Amino acid sequence: MFPVLFGLGIWMLSGLAALFARRSPRTATACGVGGAVAGSIVALVPVLGVLAGGHVEPLRWPWAVPCGEFHIALDALSAWFLLPILILSAAAAVYGGEYLWPYRERKSLGPPWFFYNVLVASMALVVLVRNGVLFLVAWEVMALSSFFLVTFEDEKESVREAGWTYLVATHLGTAFLLAMFVLMGREAGSLDFDAFGAAAFAPALANLLFVLAVVGFGTKAGFMPLHVWLPEAHPAAPSHVSAIMSGVMIKTGIYGLIRTLMILGTPPLWWGWLLIGIGLTSGIVGVLFALAQRDLKRTLAYSSVENIGIIALGLGLGTLGASMHSGALTALGFGGALLHVLNHALFKGLLFLGAGAVAHGTGSRDMDRLGGLLKRMPLAGAAFLVGAAAISGLPPFNGFVSEFLIYFGAFKGAVSLPASGAVPMLAVIAGLALIGGLAAACFTRAFGMVFLGEPRSDEARHAHEPGLAMRLPMWILAGGCVLVGMGAPLVWGVVTRAFGVAEEYRALAAEPLSWIVIGSALFLALVGALVVLRRELLSGRVVGQSATWGCGYARPTARIQYTATSFSQPITSQFESLLGTCASVTPPDGYFPRHSAVASETLDACAEKIYRPAFTLLDRALSRLRWLQHGTVQLYVLYIALTLLALLVWKLG
Amino acid sequence: MSVDSILILVALTNLMLLAYSRLGASIRVTAAQGILLGLLPLVASPHAGWHAALIAVGSMALKGVVFPRLMFRALREAKVQREIEPFVGYNVSLLIGVAALAVSIWIGQQLPVPGATISSLVVPVAMFSILVGLFLIISRKKAVNQVLGFLVLENGVYTFGVGLIQHTSLLVELGVLLDVFVAVFVMGIIIFHISREFDHIDTDALSSLKD
Repeated sequence: MFPVLFGLGIWMLSGLAALFARRSPRTATACGVGGAVAGSIVALVPVLGVLAGGHVEPLRWPWAVPCGEFHIALDALSAWFLLPILILSAAAAVYGGEYLWPYRERKSLGPPWFFYNVLVASMALVVLVRNGVLFLVAWEVMALSSFFLVTFEDEKESVREAGWTYLVATHLGTAFLLAMFVLMGREAGSLDFDAFGAAAFAPALANLLFVLAVVGFGTKAGFMPLHVWLPEAHPAAPSHVSAIMSGVMIKTGIYGLIRTLMILGTPPLWWGWLLIGIGLTSGIVGVLFALAQRDLKRTLAYSSVENIGIIALGLGLGTLGASMHSGALTALGFGGALLHVLNHALFKGLLFLGAGAVAHGTGSRDMDRLGGLLKRMPLAGAAFLVGAAAISGLPPFNGFVSEFLIYFGAFKGAVSLPASGAVPMLAVIAGLALIGGLAAACFTRAFGMVFLGEPRSDEARHAHEPGLAMRLPMWILAGGCVLVGMGAPLVWGVVTRAFGVAEEYRALAAEPLSWIVIGSALFLALVGALVVLRRELLSGRVVGQSATWGCGYARPTARIQYTATSFSQPITSQFESLLGTCASVTPPDGYFPRHSAVASETLDACAEKIYRPAFTLLDRALSRLRWLQHGTVQLYVLYIALTLLALLVWKLG
Repeated sequence: MSVDSILILVALTNLMLLAYSRLGASIRVTAAQGILLGLLPLVASPHAGWHAALIAVGSMALKGVVFPRLMFRALREAKVQREIEPFVGYNVSLLIGVAALAVSIWIGQQLPVPGATISSLVVPVAMFSILVGLFLIISRKKAVNQVLGFLVLENGVYTFGVGLIQHTSLLVELGVLLDVFVAVFVMGIIIFHISREFDHIDTDALSSLKD
């Protein structure tokens, strides 16, 4: 346990050092990056040890806070969630060193590095702690430090608004968690997680606790319709922060949900149905909204909602399996979900870093203004391509492996379970297929519009490749995507062994996974052979180059190309009722049309149809109480005095 | 002088504070109240030893000399003499004070107190001081009066402490004194700044600072 504590200490101290060195951007960056990387490496040792089957003694220190105790433990679940936290935080820190550097003239770099390292430490603490009070403290520190990172560019109105949305959403979620821990603590007589685990909750209470956990943790994870802060906060944050927020911070919500499921014991059937329903909604609607966005980082944020949906599908399968006592389904569902947690951290981190490289090189994130970047930034573009293929769930990358496990579990369940279990399985299969197809379309669009074709603006024309500090983390993450994809049977073995899955269920998936790896290897060999063949055929011939989409015009322009909006229009128009895209069209008019224009915008349906009216209503109701706040100090004291006196008289009388 | 007579004098000074409009006089009355309360532990347990005496002297010096000087300085700098238009008039204030005294005596009968007190008047007078302090803060406009209200409130808490706990720890007592000292000091500075910024120290006119 001490290496983990040591890592926590390094993060906190280096963060403080960065804060104190805020006058010198060089020192602040060095402290921030160095501390984040060093802490991650130190903490990685016990994490890998636990995943390899080792055991780490839990740590209990008394803490003066009522019901609080500094109780941290590192079991397989904590270690599994710590792994992506450590890898991605270190990679994103190296990237951030270069990404934030141009801001040094305008802003102090001390605070962002302080909050970055505090965020990393608090995320690690969230998955380690075993005490309700300490958990909420770590949870809150995580929310606040990420809030300050989101509002890094606070001179922009949109960023302040995004930060505000995030702050409200995260605190609403925490309120549910507070209620959950209080209820658990009342039943268990202590706020210690071990006591929670030992307590027997009545079915009605367990149902209530589960719903509280789904809402509370789901807000952080981004379950539809609790996701509204994601598409606001992720684009507003600096890219390396978006990467760790989307890659690992929202996963702490998934961690909390799994931990709660472990505490609550054998689940009733409807929990599985609920999780599958949430998964399908988040997955399908999330990817549809991703398709309708023009902002690259907004697309990625909605795609995070989609991937959280896939994880929820896996959790739903596992929960259903647990309630129907089907070991295979439990292993495959939870296994797929856990693996997707790691995979999503790798490729979504990579994609956000890629989007940051694009924003860094061009100053724009609007896909309709980009294009042709693969020629200008080939190295970053290739890494982005790997991430796009992986997130679309294509072999030989890692996204395929976790989605395959979930498919495999769903097929197993569909043929072996009674109707109450088989019907949701069929829904999972159909839904996952739809999600996969739409995700492929979404990332074809994202990559194609940004990196292929001709530049659609001057910014894109003068784009430049990012430096080594930004490219290296992207390549490490891309390497991780390939590694997990090609080493799937190995990773599956590690996961199942760490979580103590029975041998028969491990073998169940091990064989198809090895076939997948063999198939992927053959595919890669084929691609390699084709590349060699192409080079052979072209050698000694003249290879001409012309504009992409030139179409034989003498003077082609970049405006002949498909735009991001027109690419996705066939799909978005099909789902128009769901997306609520509003378009304003000025059609060409008359025999010699002069001016015509099309503009379309897709606002978040949940935010517009549910939250905005609800908050407007709340605002109107509460504004009736405005007279209470009048600014006269004397009356405020009067309120306090009258309250105290009334309480005293009531108590004594 | 007995404990009871000190406590009665404290109650009377409270009533005087409610009736005075001149700020200078109010400061002097509060100083007198502070000195009276400083005497209280000495009278209550005359053989308590040197450190009780030290506390008493220190508290008297602060409340009787240092605080009044700070307040007079604030008065001079803010160039105010009297509370002109309080929220609650002086006659009504006195009536409310009498009502508060009645409530305090009732509370004194009802409130269960652990252990013996040095006098049956301790709880009523302490409660009375607390209520009067709060009332001063609520009903007066000049910032100086609010500081006085805060001091009176603190005196009430002090009375409670001295009356109930026979062996007050030196550290706790010093802590409380330091607390009050810092509070008065900061308030003095704030009053000075408010009067320099806004040309008056009427706290009700600050309500335009709300959002």
